[in-house]
Amino acid sequence: MVNGSLLLSTQKTGLGIRGQMTDTLYDAAVIGAGITGSCIARELTKTTAKVVLIEKENDVSCGSSKANSGIIHGGYDPVPGTLMARFNVRGSSLYPELAKKLNFDYKRIGSLVIAFDEKKKVLLDMLLERGFANGVQELRIVDSDELHKMEPKLGQNALAALYSPTAGIVSPYKATWAFAESAVINGAEFMRNTSVHQIEKDGSIFIVHTGHGDIRARFVINAAGVAADKISAMAGARRFIIKQRRGEYCLLDNKCYSLVNHVLFQTPTELGKGVLVTRTVDGNILIGPSADDQSADMYEYKGTTASSQADILEKASLTIPDIPRGNIINSFAGVRAVAYTAGTGGNADQPVNDFIVEEDSAVKGFFTAGGICSPGLSAAPAIAEYMLDLLGKAGLDTKKRSDFIEERKGIVAFGPAGTKKKLQLIKQNPLYGQIICRCETVTEAEIVQAVHSPLGARDLDGIKRRTRAGMGRCQSGFCSPRVTEILSREAHIPMTSVTKKGGTSFVLDGKTRVFSGSGGNEE
Amino acid sequence: MSEKIYDAVIVGGGPAGLAAAVSAYDNGAKKLLILERDSRLGGILLQCIHNGFGLHYFGEELTGPEYAGRFVKQVKKRGIDYKVNTMVVSIDKAADFGEAGLTVTFGADGTEHVVTAMNSTDGLMFLRTYSVILATGCRERTRGALVIPGTRPAGIFTAGSAQRFVNIDGYLPGRKIVILGSGDIGLIMARRLTLEGCDVKLVCEVMPYSAGLSRNITQCLENFHIPLKLSTTVTEIHGRDRVQGVTIAKVDANRIPVAGTEEFIACDTLLLSVGLIPENEVCAGTGIHMDPVTKGPSVNQRMETSIPGIFACGNAVHVHDLVDFVTNSSLLAGRCAAEYAVAAEGVFRSVPCHEPAVNSQAPVIIPVCPGNRVRYTVPQQIEVDDAFKAVIQEIREGASEIPKIQIMFRSTDVYRNVTIFIYSGNDRIYMKKVRIVRPGEMQTADIPASALVNVTGLLTVSIETPEDMID
Repeated sequence: MVNGSLLLSTQKTGLGIRGQMTDTLYDAAVIGAGITGSCIARELTKTTAKVVLIEKENDVSCGSSKANSGIIHGGYDPVPGTLMARFNVRGSSLYPELAKKLNFDYKRIGSLVIAFDEKKKVLLDMLLERGFANGVQELRIVDSDELHKMEPKLGQNALAALYSPTAGIVSPYKATWAFAESAVINGAEFMRNTSVHQIEKDGSIFIVHTGHGDIRARFVINAAGVAADKISAMAGARRFIIKQRRGEYCLLDNKCYSLVNHVLFQTPTELGKGVLVTRTVDGNILIGPSADDQSADMYEYKGTTASSQADILEKASLTIPDIPRGNIINSFAGVRAVAYTAGTGGNADQPVNDFIVEEDSAVKGFFTAGGICSPGLSAAPAIAEYMLDLLGKAGLDTKKRSDFIEERKGIVAFGPAGTKKKLQLIKQNPLYGQIICRCETVTEAEIVQAVHSPLGARDLDGIKRRTRAGMGRCQSGFCSPRVTEILSREAHIPMTSVTKKGGTSFVLDGKTRVFSGSGGNEE
Repeated sequence: MSEKIYDAVIVGGGPAGLAAAVSAYDNGAKKLLILERDSRLGGILLQCIHNGFGLHYFGEELTGPEYAGRFVKQVKKRGIDYKVNTMVVSIDKAADFGEAGLTVTFGADGTEHVVTAMNSTDGLMFLRTYSVILATGCRERTRGALVIPGTRPAGIFTAGSAQRFVNIDGYLPGRKIVILGSGDIGLIMARRLTLEGCDVKLVCEVMPYSAGLSRNITQCLENFHIPLKLSTTVTEIHGRDRVQGVTIAKVDANRIPVAGTEEFIACDTLLLSVGLIPENEVCAGTGIHMDPVTKGPSVNQRMETSIPGIFACGNAVHVHDLVDFVTNSSLLAGRCAAEYAVAAEGVFRSVPCHEPAVNSQAPVIIPVCPGNRVRYTVPQQIEVDDAFKAVIQEIREGASEIPKIQIMFRSTDVYRNVTIFIYSGNDRIYMKKVRIVRPGEMQTADIPASALVNVTGLLTVSIETPEDMID
């Protein structure tokens, strides 16, 4: 199969994949287009800095940012005084307005940490104390009566809960896309399929060697998620270790939406916040995650297992005893990036138990936002603010430019629109009249926009994350041939070069013997 | 809002919808509209380019497009209206319709329905109709519903979407294929892909018997030496970008994989043919009673759902094994929808104060229930309405022609040398001997109406084995 034409076509549509080194000197090169890197890139575009956002995958939000709980935490969980605590609370407070400006869904549904036995109730008080120390607003303990009124389907053993009304939910990949796209709208360059091989420093300039040529930048920001330790090592910066903790989830059909009203946690364990049951902004029910420490040789492995799937459902049944398992439409896994310092003299590696957000003490101009596990999604906008401060102190001109575009339109979704709006949309653009994904009511107009938006989709998963086409109960059974055709047509990618998620994830493998094809871009 | 009041709006232009439309027309309903979401009439048959369709109905072997084509021709001959690329958004009672300030200018007597549909040229349409025929077909079960462990690479397809890629779009889903599930589409695709030069490694089926038709096992697998592994499932999918292989394993009687029986099969494609589910998204808002086993609406002997005037037929009601049977149930639905519309229209014209149109007397219901070894029955109930009473009266008076009511059902497992009984209380009102029943093949029982003369309680359909007889 031909890969070259894919590159060519992406260049044609002006989306910044380059074949060779450019003479451009960037002020800042951000490595990794997850939620952290995307927020940082956007923050940087508020200044006059010339910014490039480098991503090894075919799209933004392909790592930890893609598969997590999507919770904007209240901020009562992190230990007071940590960066986690500080950025969580600050980030959480920034989300409502950012969601409005950048047009992604954010719903402040509140969270409950539930104690299921007397002994665990003391943990609620501990979390409440932490919450006060961290400056979380509106926290309170609710008793059994109130709790069961708030959550009618809750297990009978639920005794009390810590209620955090300020906790919310977002679609993590849509949020990431929104931040990254806002950065692109404000002049940041996005380079996809660009993996970093080596980082050199030539005087005061970094040269980042990538699969698509060398990138020169005054400052490098490492936001590489599970690869942050490797990037740091390339630059000769502080040694730390990222361990991957795989988390499995399962997702229920949106007809189960009323199963829970809030984000339901159980009291935390050593391994994390435990198994939660929550609504998603798109109306599904999400259950998970498991927490499986993954060995280094399983790097970026995101498979699911029968045992963990059974385990999360078993654990979740303490919270909600009647989980309609027949309505599971999908299961998936993500990896959390957990930072450790290498153990010396035969000692075990020590968990950092915090984010690493710093300029390297030895390699000046090299910044890291590493170990961004939970509550990283909540914290990302605050990490970005802080990062900009650090960059300012290191000599970047952080004076705000006057022409920064705060707003980002995104895609106008047809399904959730009211009847009048629907009529108007079809009138303006007849493609809104053509439903492609039946389960989620996604129209051709939205899919076309997903390809042509400032930071457009180049694969089926990218379209799925932007529009929800294929996310419903038929899991793309009906719409994948249509979406493949539209992507092929709009992005000028031959049908046989369309991928599920970039790389060699080709959807199709050649033509039939007697080709009678219709639709798409034939060659 | 449309000024025109349709006799019937038919949701779906596949074999069910087409037959229903033809039958409705021939039974006096002339104001019809078929709404089809794909770009052509014909439904899923258009991608079923193999033959074997029509043996029962036409008495000859046709391909899917040929079978559909015959009905498309009949629809066009009658001048029945249809719209393609059109999606039905909702079905509402005219009485409770008034969304977004749209004026409701017509009777609120509950005899009319409003079908909201959309496409690129007409935008949103609010179509008034006396009856609605749901002929929405079915969809395939997915990997997600099965919760198959492993990675999530490209190269995992439901058999039907692979079939569309191959037969409509002209592209291959892969080269080295493993098929999970022995549903008919999977078996057909095993043959189709072999003919395209693909290497179909094997078909595995978690059950100890095949889910597909026996003829497809012979014609699609055995004739091509493709192994069928029963009591076997896929326990893990491998590969990051594209499928690189699957692990298969034997399962025990509870369908739990047996440790130590795992085997890695290198492949680049996994096709799933693990069951079909009636597609009834459009029912969701209507309050139509759904059968939890068939996952389709419960219907009576007229193929009418729990909402008067809304009929359903074909795979939207329950998944059929042969399209010929889909046609039969759809012809019935079409005729009954026409009768409903004609009656409703009559009332509507003559009684300006909008009396309820039909079923003036609350009918008595005879529930039809699955008994031993029966998974479900369709219809789920027989309604003792005026028409039914008239038939019974005629029989009592010695009518020469005795109409039959067909009960369709499926067995829970494979059984041999069985007798099918239908009980009313302890009375056997129907009996039929069958050499073998398989869950993959639909069974029918045609009960003469005369057998129902004295029935008042529920009917139970049972499959009894020789062992039962000894008891």
